[in-house]
Amino acid sequence: MTEQSPSRLPAPRVAASVAPTTNTHLDIAEVTKNFGSQAVLKGVNLSVAKGGTTAIVGPSGSGKTTLLRLIAGFEHPATGSISLNGNKVAGNGVWLPAHKRHIGYVAQDGALFPHLTVGQNIAFGLDKSALDGGRRGVKARVQELLEMVSLDGDMAKRRPHQLSGGQQQRVALARALAREPELMLLDEPFSALDAGLRVATRRAVAKVLNEAGVTTILVTHDQAEALSFADQVAIMRGGKLAQIGNPFVVYTRPADRATAEFLGDAVILNAWMEGSLATCSLGGIPVRRPPAQGLVQLMLRPEQIRIAPDGPIRGVVVDTDYFGPETTVRIKLAPRAATDGAGPVYPGGGEVITIRHWNASITRPGTELCLRVVGEGVAFPAED
Amino acid sequence: MTTDLSAPALPTNSESATTAGRGKRPRPPLGVSAISLLAVLIALFSLIPLGYVAYMTAATGWNTAVGLIFRPRVGELLLNTIMLVVFTVPICLVLGVGGAWLVERTKLRGHRWWAVALAAPLAIPAFVNSYSWVSAVPSLEGIWSGVLIATLSYFPLVYIPAAATLGRLDPAIEQSAESLGLGPWAVFFRVVLPQLRIAMTGGALLVSLHLLAEYGAFAMIRFDTFTTAIMTQFQSTFNGTAGNMLASVLVFFCLILLLVEVRSRGTARYARVGSGAQAKPIRLPLGHYQIPSQLALLALTVLAFGLPIWFVLRWVVAGGARVWSANEFLPALLQTLAYGTVGAAVTIVVGFPMAYLAVRHPSWFSKMLELSNYVTSSLPGIVVGLAFVTVSIRMFPGIYQTSGVLIAAYVLLFLPRALVNIRSGLAQAPKELDEAAQSLGRAPLVSFLKVTLRLTAPAAAGGAALVFLAIVNELTATLLLSPNGTHTLATEFWSKSSEIDYSGAAPYALLMILLSAPMTYLLFQQSKKVAGQ
Repeated sequence: MTEQSPSRLPAPRVAASVAPTTNTHLDIAEVTKNFGSQAVLKGVNLSVAKGGTTAIVGPSGSGKTTLLRLIAGFEHPATGSISLNGNKVAGNGVWLPAHKRHIGYVAQDGALFPHLTVGQNIAFGLDKSALDGGRRGVKARVQELLEMVSLDGDMAKRRPHQLSGGQQQRVALARALAREPELMLLDEPFSALDAGLRVATRRAVAKVLNEAGVTTILVTHDQAEALSFADQVAIMRGGKLAQIGNPFVVYTRPADRATAEFLGDAVILNAWMEGSLATCSLGGIPVRRPPAQGLVQLMLRPEQIRIAPDGPIRGVVVDTDYFGPETTVRIKLAPRAATDGAGPVYPGGGEVITIRHWNASITRPGTELCLRVVGEGVAFPAED
Repeated sequence: MTTDLSAPALPTNSESATTAGRGKRPRPPLGVSAISLLAVLIALFSLIPLGYVAYMTAATGWNTAVGLIFRPRVGELLLNTIMLVVFTVPICLVLGVGGAWLVERTKLRGHRWWAVALAAPLAIPAFVNSYSWVSAVPSLEGIWSGVLIATLSYFPLVYIPAAATLGRLDPAIEQSAESLGLGPWAVFFRVVLPQLRIAMTGGALLVSLHLLAEYGAFAMIRFDTFTTAIMTQFQSTFNGTAGNMLASVLVFFCLILLLVEVRSRGTARYARVGSGAQAKPIRLPLGHYQIPSQLALLALTVLAFGLPIWFVLRWVVAGGARVWSANEFLPALLQTLAYGTVGAAVTIVVGFPMAYLAVRHPSWFSKMLELSNYVTSSLPGIVVGLAFVTVSIRMFPGIYQTSGVLIAAYVLLFLPRALVNIRSGLAQAPKELDEAAQSLGRAPLVSFLKVTLRLTAPAAAGGAALVFLAIVNELTATLLLSPNGTHTLATEFWSKSSEIDYSGAAPYALLMILLSAPMTYLLFQQSKKVAGQ
């Protein structure tokens, strides 16, 4: 189990001195890709740590699946390079084909071979000569893998079309795991499943991959899935990665307004920035590292705005949407008071914001509520 | 066990990563360029007959050519040939697609049995069919007889691909259409039929090409088409200019047909995309239409299969023991078997690169390659035969009258039969599966063999069976190219029936049918074999 030192390689990469590559599993540098005249990827940089879980999330057409296919080796990058464990696999005249990359890949629809049974599908990538006991060894390994993805051992004899969508995805995962890849690519594997099954399958997959210590990259358009699945989230937009960070950071401190709105509901108000305090209709809100002074846009997550009897902010309920465990409440904030002249200058007043609350009975339309803001806000430069 | 997975990079992995950098040019993928090169070579080879026709036309000179082409006789032949195509092809499409739909998508009683019965006429060569019909109705002559015999002989060429495609269509698509408010008829015309486009255009093209190239069936009922006229010319003058000019017009006619087919095929993707593997098709209840459907299929089967078999058997019985002399019979049988098997195998091997390019890497290039093959195979057997005779005598005298030349002619003549099948098979093996196999560590070649080739195999076997059938029943090119002393069932049948020895010809007809029958059945079974079922 000796770690391979990059310095032993005949020609060390220039970048080797920059990053401690021992822990970097996948490194994507300045990768671009065109389909015909259309630029799909416009210079992507991404580094994935060994054993980590990365979600690439973005609206459809943002290029995330193309990026995944480049990593898998199904497509060639136009420029830029891709390295695995510090070894270049694509770019600058280097090309390692898909089958030599030792990367697991689970496609959106599972892509099970229709002419093989479930067991044969799983055994497809197994190196039969390396297993003890010949056919029995293969059978045992298949059973083990089925168990790993929480499927019944009898499933091995079935045909793919006899399985449900969730089961097919698990078989596809077992098939990819059979080769014990160090890197697993998941291309929207849960998007075809219904909501309940999706969460259960996602959890099961995450657990299996986590226990196996496999570096995982998940591509999805579902931000909740990305945030819950990964320990690193990369937001893709228009062929570029807009932000990379851990789920908490990208959610609470998004780099720009589009990212903020893509990752979840956001309350955005005009505010006046002085020092690290933004003043707006919700009062003075602390902002870490403000990008500008003066007029800014302030972003808060709805859950930061709480209904509290002693809250300093007033607002009137406009309407509500009842969801059972919680209610979405639209609140019109109090207009700016005319007598406020002596206080700090702030723009706005009278905005309608949307927050969530668990108690539907206190949020009837027309009710006046007292609000309090918890935590810090994020400021973006004003749009003009 | 699971802890193993977190081990650092496999040495082989990083090693190959570093060696991969040296000298390997990544794109375009090696396999594709190799396949392209192969396809080009095959296409060039297949252009020999066309080159022959072009050369002969050019050598004739403009004035002579114009004089030979623009004369009433050519107009008459043109009218006959066009009428034949215009009437036969639509009837074949209706019978083929209608039959396939009844068998595959309705609760037709005995649909398994009917499914085979509708493919069965393929086992009867058109000229045997003609021979039986002439025995039944001696006065048969002219266009309508031609349409009748051609339709009954060729509608399975539409039926088989249509049935295979229908059996594999994703029922979810039809169900979606129903949920969008479409009734059963609307679903058929707006959803099912468009998906049959490849099968239908391919089938229609095959039928048209058969119509243009068939000699025996039309000669027997004295219906003149270009092909029978060319044969008559060649029999009288061997290599006459008039015959060459008729061939030129025929080639021109074929070109137009091919262009129509290529244009109407479209560029849509027909491989199924969607989650998971697909469900089995649903069948519509027939209700009151059950009995009419049964009667219609019965009538079709009796006319296309029952009647020819009946008259062949009658002649066999009438001939008695006299007609079964083993020393004439056995060599003809063995030679036919050998030519059929070798020819079919070679044709599939030759056809695969083209079909692969056409489905996976469609471009003007792949279309041109396919087109060159279609052109060649659309030429009547007599043109291909004469081209090979001339070229081999003038350029390679050593191979003249060898079995290799005859096999080559078979390959060129019957390549589209294989191509249509391989192509629709490949369209059912999406490239995503190939990629999945590669991500599981299979080299592109291996994943191609284990996935793409495996999933295409049923269709390819169907293509091979079709080619075998065609070779067993091939008459014209065999007459011209077969080495001295070679007698196939078809040539023996023809020489006997030309001498009006109908009962002497009957055993050969029976044997051709018997030989074709298991292949027809096999072809049929293979075409049904949905991947994984």
